[in-house]
Amino acid sequence: MQTVKMVVTGPFNAGKTQFIRSVSEIDVVSTERKLSTREERSIKDMTTVAMDFGRITVDEDLVLYLFGTPGQKRFDFMWEILSEGMLGFIVMVDSTRPETFREARSILETFRAYAPTPYVVAANKQDKEGAWDVEDMRHALRLDAKTKILPCVATDRESVKEVLLALLYSILAEIESDE
Amino acid sequence: MALRGNLRDFTVIQLLNLINLAKKTGTLVVDGPNEQAHVSFRDGRLSYARIGNEDNRLASILHRASRLTVNQYRALIERAGHVSDKELGLMLINAGYIQQDEILTSLQAYYTDVVRRLFTWVEGFFRFEPNLLPPDDRITVRIELENIIIEGARQLREWEQLQDEIPSLDMALKFTDRPLKNINLSVEEWRVVSYINPKNTIRQIAAANKMSDLEIRRIVYGLLQAGLVEIVRPEGIKPPTPVRTFPSEDREEQKSLVNRLIGRIRSL
Repeated sequence: MQTVKMVVTGPFNAGKTQFIRSVSEIDVVSTERKLSTREERSIKDMTTVAMDFGRITVDEDLVLYLFGTPGQKRFDFMWEILSEGMLGFIVMVDSTRPETFREARSILETFRAYAPTPYVVAANKQDKEGAWDVEDMRHALRLDAKTKILPCVATDRESVKEVLLALLYSILAEIESDE
Repeated sequence: MALRGNLRDFTVIQLLNLINLAKKTGTLVVDGPNEQAHVSFRDGRLSYARIGNEDNRLASILHRASRLTVNQYRALIERAGHVSDKELGLMLINAGYIQQDEILTSLQAYYTDVVRRLFTWVEGFFRFEPNLLPPDDRITVRIELENIIIEGARQLREWEQLQDEIPSLDMALKFTDRPLKNINLSVEEWRVVSYINPKNTIRQIAAANKMSDLEIRRIVYGLLQAGLVEIVRPEGIKPPTPVRTFPSEDREEQKSLVNRLIGRIRSL
């Protein structure tokens, strides 16, 4: 049995756990805990402290694991561990919370430093009122024209599939460019 | 109980606040990432500071503050290198070279600057030595800590933001396609710009320009925001070898695997 993995990262409350839930064939193994600070609790009650873990069986020989990282910076010691051996990574960004864009950029740079693997940016919560336009987010996140940034609604399986496929096409393109 | 610990648990600002409130007398010794700093206090006021091997003798401080010309500074080192700071201060005042308040202002500015530099130290150990006082031959001052603490808190917030923006100084910079025309840069910014090359890390550029981490981060942040440069991995440095990502090294097998993944995701 061969296994490969991809990592879903991003700031606190970007929608990483929901993203994995939408496509995982198993109930996401989630290590969520009640939030400790009042400020965070005003956004949501529970958060991921170690990792989320989802699975997609491809065939009898191949399994894809999806790992979601904890969003808060105080758990960033987990990031490097989770990034080991990943095929690529997805940076989830909450399109309705521009105050998190700077942190998203920082997380992106950190993961790029861990491993030079392909990545895409998912502009999540595009269905919500006040969501930023994807191209505006590209500028705000200082992404170059080559970096894929995709509209996303993590609760919608089709939308999540589009993001995963975009990452897989990037991975394929990189293999071909190395030939 | 001894006042000692780790800067991760207790920041320099918190230490200054404690020293101020408790009106402590003694020397705070901080072992930072690359050097050691000694900061002395009398009754909760900053009185003296020394960092690493930096020359903090009066002649050097006055020269740095542009109160002495290079020639005056050299002459003093040659002829009066053996005299204490207190004696030198008196000599300069009596000779009419400088006023007493100019000496005190220069020393205050220097000692405050040393403390400011400590604000960016987030790793290291500290201890407070109540019996360790500044050397007898040095001129001490009395600086209230409140303003330094407020400024430090402001600077810490800026430092945290800059660290988020530029997490590592071991990366390099390269110019974007935007031409460097009709752009108003400061002298410091031009100095940095002159070293921008994918072969030079940001840390090397800072060292070449004798800039602190905070100073180089500020400038690089400005250049990034203006879209003039982008952060790249330094040339010649191999990217970290990823832990094996594919079960096979064979390109065709890797492509086949990714195509199987694509097929499966499509079918979900």
